[in-house]
Amino acid sequence: MMKHISRAVLSAGLLSAIAVGASAPAFAVTPEAQLAAYTVQAGSPPQPARGQLLFTTKHGKDWSCSSCHTAVPTVDGKHASTGKVIGPMAPAFNAERFTDSAKTEKWFRRNCNDVVGRECTPAEKADVLSWLLTLKR
Amino acid sequence: MPHSLLSKMVLGCMVSLVAFASAQAQSEGGRNVPLPKYQQECAACHIAYPAGMLPAASWQRLMGALTKHYGTDASLDEASLREITGWLKSNAGTYRRVSEEPPQERITQSAWFLRKHNEREISPAVWKRASVGSASNCAACHTNAAQGNFNEHEVRIPK
Repeated sequence: MMKHISRAVLSAGLLSAIAVGASAPAFAVTPEAQLAAYTVQAGSPPQPARGQLLFTTKHGKDWSCSSCHTAVPTVDGKHASTGKVIGPMAPAFNAERFTDSAKTEKWFRRNCNDVVGRECTPAEKADVLSWLLTLKR
Repeated sequence: MPHSLLSKMVLGCMVSLVAFASAQAQSEGGRNVPLPKYQQECAACHIAYPAGMLPAASWQRLMGALTKHYGTDASLDEASLREITGWLKSNAGTYRRVSEEPPQERITQSAWFLRKHNEREISPAVWKRASVGSASNCAACHTNAAQGNFNEHEVRIPK
């Protein structure tokens, strides 16, 4: 019975994903919902100022987040080694940002490893995202 | 002639045509359409380097070391890693000049690459221009590199 239900749910999900279009992210969410999820995991409220500090300073390695994303990421950045243009990180300036939780997790994992030398904690992710959400047009 | 035989023959012709077309695309340096997942994941940071520019063994090593990918962590989830590695290996370079495995899996260190970009062709000063930056920045001069087109007639060396 369980198997039947989960299969039905799965195919309904699949169908709606197809209806939305092939390019629709697999785990569609909003930036606010992702912030809420990280905040729950962190167990304390996010601090935007702490997020800005984490984003703009180096942590004993060659790069900071700002090296590629600029210090105020409301504008295009540039990949520090390949030069490829990277769209703004602040959701108010780039509607695609933080709308796919798998993509968010992938990039936090990779980039925190490059910048901090380890994965970021849920509290750190919440801090950074809460700061990005303060950047308004 | 029985109808089923005719349709079998037509189908056979179509299959060979498709096989021929895809073999031809391969022979043009892997100018066939890249796997969407390859485009999505790898071209997020750099152009989608044609699979045919490295041999399968090089792709295998490169894809096995994505946490240390030329100075950055480019790690992928298991499913994407499997899918992209499989596609790269089956579309890898097989013709003779690409059978060589360049050091550090760098296309730009392949003998054929160095020969094509020798000092008489490209002066050393060109590589140092800010508009070029690095030999891995194919699109600086190969204007349609992102589409897998490296035709010499479309080369524009920036100032």
